[in-house]
Amino acid sequence: MSKLIKICALNDIRPLGSRIVELPGISAGPVAIFRTADNDVFAVEDRCPHKQGPLSQGIVHGKSVTCPLHNWVIGLENGEAAAPDVGCAKSYAVKIQDDDVYLEAAVDETQQVAVNE
Amino acid sequence: MNMMMTNSPKQLQKQRLVLIGNGMAGVRTIEEVLKANPELFDITIFGAEPHGNYNRIMLSPVLAGEKTINEIMLNDDDWYAENNITLHKGKTVTKIDRVKRQVIADDGTVAGYDRLLLATGANPFILPIPGADLPGVITFRDIHDVDQMLAAASEHQKAVVIGGGLLGLEAAKGLATQGMDVTVVHLMDTLMERQLDETAAKLLQQSLEEQGLEFLTGAETEAITGEDRVTGIKFKDGTEFATDIVVMAVGIKPNKALAEKAGIHCERGIVVNDTMQTYDPSVYAVGECVQHRKNTYGLVAPLFEQGKICANHLVNKCVLRYLGSVTSTKLKVTGIDLFSAGDFTGDDTTEEIVLRDPGRNVYKKLVIKDDRIQGGVMYGDTVDGAWYFQLMRDEIDVSDLRDSLLFGKAHLGNSGHGEQNQISGMDNAAEVCGCNGVCKGDIVQAITDKKLFTLEDVRTQTKASASCGSCTGLVEQILASTVGGDYSETPNEKPLCPCTDHTHEEVRRVILENDLKTIPATMRFLEWRQPDGCAKCRPALNYYLLCAWPADYKDDGQSRFINERVHANIQKDGTYSVIPRMWGGTTTPDELRAIADVADKFNIPDVKVTGGQRINLLGVKKEDLPAAWADLNEAGMVSGHAYGKSLRTVKTCVGSEWCRFGVQDSTALGVALEKALWGSWTPHKFKAAVSGCPRNCAESTIKDFGVVAVESGWELHVGGNGGTKVRATDLLGKVKTVEEVLEYARAFIQFYREDAHYLERTVHWLERVGLSIVKERIVENAELRKEYAERFIFSQKYAQFDPWQEQVSNEKATRDYEHLKLVRKLAS
Repeated sequence: MSKLIKICALNDIRPLGSRIVELPGISAGPVAIFRTADNDVFAVEDRCPHKQGPLSQGIVHGKSVTCPLHNWVIGLENGEAAAPDVGCAKSYAVKIQDDDVYLEAAVDETQQVAVNE
Repeated sequence: MNMMMTNSPKQLQKQRLVLIGNGMAGVRTIEEVLKANPELFDITIFGAEPHGNYNRIMLSPVLAGEKTINEIMLNDDDWYAENNITLHKGKTVTKIDRVKRQVIADDGTVAGYDRLLLATGANPFILPIPGADLPGVITFRDIHDVDQMLAAASEHQKAVVIGGGLLGLEAAKGLATQGMDVTVVHLMDTLMERQLDETAAKLLQQSLEEQGLEFLTGAETEAITGEDRVTGIKFKDGTEFATDIVVMAVGIKPNKALAEKAGIHCERGIVVNDTMQTYDPSVYAVGECVQHRKNTYGLVAPLFEQGKICANHLVNKCVLRYLGSVTSTKLKVTGIDLFSAGDFTGDDTTEEIVLRDPGRNVYKKLVIKDDRIQGGVMYGDTVDGAWYFQLMRDEIDVSDLRDSLLFGKAHLGNSGHGEQNQISGMDNAAEVCGCNGVCKGDIVQAITDKKLFTLEDVRTQTKASASCGSCTGLVEQILASTVGGDYSETPNEKPLCPCTDHTHEEVRRVILENDLKTIPATMRFLEWRQPDGCAKCRPALNYYLLCAWPADYKDDGQSRFINERVHANIQKDGTYSVIPRMWGGTTTPDELRAIADVADKFNIPDVKVTGGQRINLLGVKKEDLPAAWADLNEAGMVSGHAYGKSLRTVKTCVGSEWCRFGVQDSTALGVALEKALWGSWTPHKFKAAVSGCPRNCAESTIKDFGVVAVESGWELHVGGNGGTKVRATDLLGKVKTVEEVLEYARAFIQFYREDAHYLERTVHWLERVGLSIVKERIVENAELRKEYAERFIFSQKYAQFDPWQEQVSNEKATRDYEHLKLVRKLAS
């Protein structure tokens, strides 16, 4: 059983940009919410599998982000590093409804999370 | 029912591509085709040898017992299967029927084609002498030949290699390693005469003799003697001696027989145009069998280039052209460093620069014509071979480098890999890349295991030379000696990034010529492969556009690296550093108090003085940045741009105001210079300094633009660097007044802004374009200098604002610094 948690309005994130959100109970650290040029939205933990760089601060291109610390390219759909680098950042399911961004989480995970109206 | 028609099987049928020749050039072309469009063709490959595609240039190490056949396989059976390629191993195509568009193999296999690719390679040249067909006469071309040589080495003792070229010497060394007594017979007086001059050839012969080979030069073979098999060899001068095997390595000739029989136009090889197409438009050809613009090629780099271009046309993209290749040679014999390229003999119209150091066993020669390198030979120390080769292919004017050219690029000041300049004596555990901690052994292993051929591949896979780049020469050398006689060079016309084939220059020119004023418009116009590019091209385009259209271009923050987007420097833990500007390195008690207050108020953990005479607040949380800036703004301070590809600092000494040696007011000039240059975006960071006397306490001679006061005025220095590679500036000239200093500085920085590639420091830009052109435009031509300076002043009108204040006063912008907030507790 999963639940939708409203994170923000789509327009709170710039196209090709990202914002950070804390989701205690779901993720130990901050989660980066990315918006692509095509207005797809993805959520990935804000921690590069290489040296923990904040992915939210990278340059977004296609469905990827380039980590600002050492230029690893992380796929936004699944958090996987592009070859030849190997590693994976945790990714989360998100969806857009009526121009708002929602995170899908299991109900038992959402106990500690606040939500937006 | 009409819907069914559009899905008719006829339209779904793929085109048929047939490759004849399962070797490196052909299979590389197929790989490029698959990369560009994996769905376009049904692919069939015929190979006469009973193997998959293997790395032919690695046959020498196999012969020497340093590698096994399995280790040199490039494409195994699984690869063909995974890519749905029908492979006919061990089948020789004997006929091409161009009317029916079919190829027919010796076992009767028939395959139809829509496009045919010929990559039939080359055959060894056999001397037309008596006895050439005796058992025991072996060529050196494929796995079968190597097997024969290895078998002979286990049964016999004496070997003769005819041919003292690259291949012959590698064969000789291999057989000697297998325990045979080897004599190399060479028609010419010196070895490898097509790649080496006499001096280098003698050095090579000497060192090979020390390794146990014997040589007979200037010897013309008359016959190979023996009844049932080889027993001896006889020369024109009547001498004769006994041998058990003869390896014939006198050269190769393009294998054009099949094409010729099919009526495809051939001369020395199969003639192709710049798209690798033969005279039959549906037939293409690549590799050693090809003749392009009168040339044939036998090294791997040109063949791979041909493959890339051929594939581009096979998949109907049709933008690339093959213009021929300049090649370099590296001998792949353990313990010998040898490099040659281009015209190394010269003539009446050329000059030679030679370095000979018998003690170190080093010999280097460069042949120069009209200030351009025509070619060169290097023996003993080849670390700069790749650099010379690049200077040669890019036709760089070397007149400014002449005095130190032979000492090489790596001879001074490169940090990060100790004193290592020669890789042959280097231990596998020796660190090559100090930035990423990569050892020689790691690189060699990656090259062999992952089958790498290019510097770019090695960089991507191992990270060696991928950061500061100071070890590039070493990595190229390791690559060259591991993959052997030749390797793919990074092309001289480098595309801006993998999203495009266009170079930096082309992109800049097109932006200006076509009034392109946004990143998407530029990408559309130049048919970028990715709709929003990548982290490499977007910042470059953003810079090129704002440099081209200072008044009109709307800066795209999302295309800037994070530091320039948030006007602070990201640290390894994701916090930021904040550095306010201190004009010319000067400050006041009030400013210091404000900085101290900000450090207290925002719990900033570290405060450090920088090398550029500023104060650095380290460990600021992103969400605190706007508030910290507001406080600094309040005290009259602005952004120091310590994070940007922009003017960083103008460092000064105290000068004549205080110093007993100072001859001019360097501090005041430094402040004026900084006020003139701050705020401008540049291709890379730009540092300046002003010293009040030639004691040069501000270290002006390692800055992008350095000024040194002398009694009669100011010396202007450019292109210095204090980083990875220490490089002292070149003297641009001398001027009398402060106004002149400012005009020259503005003109120089503007020329750099308009001409350099994005992320190219002034040092690399100057080494590429030469100091002469800078002097020509900035010093000798007053009118041009004024134009550059005026263009800079114009662009500064739009660049000189404080980005901190702009961010603080813009609510929409400050929002980006905050975390998204989730406000209401979820009802449990």
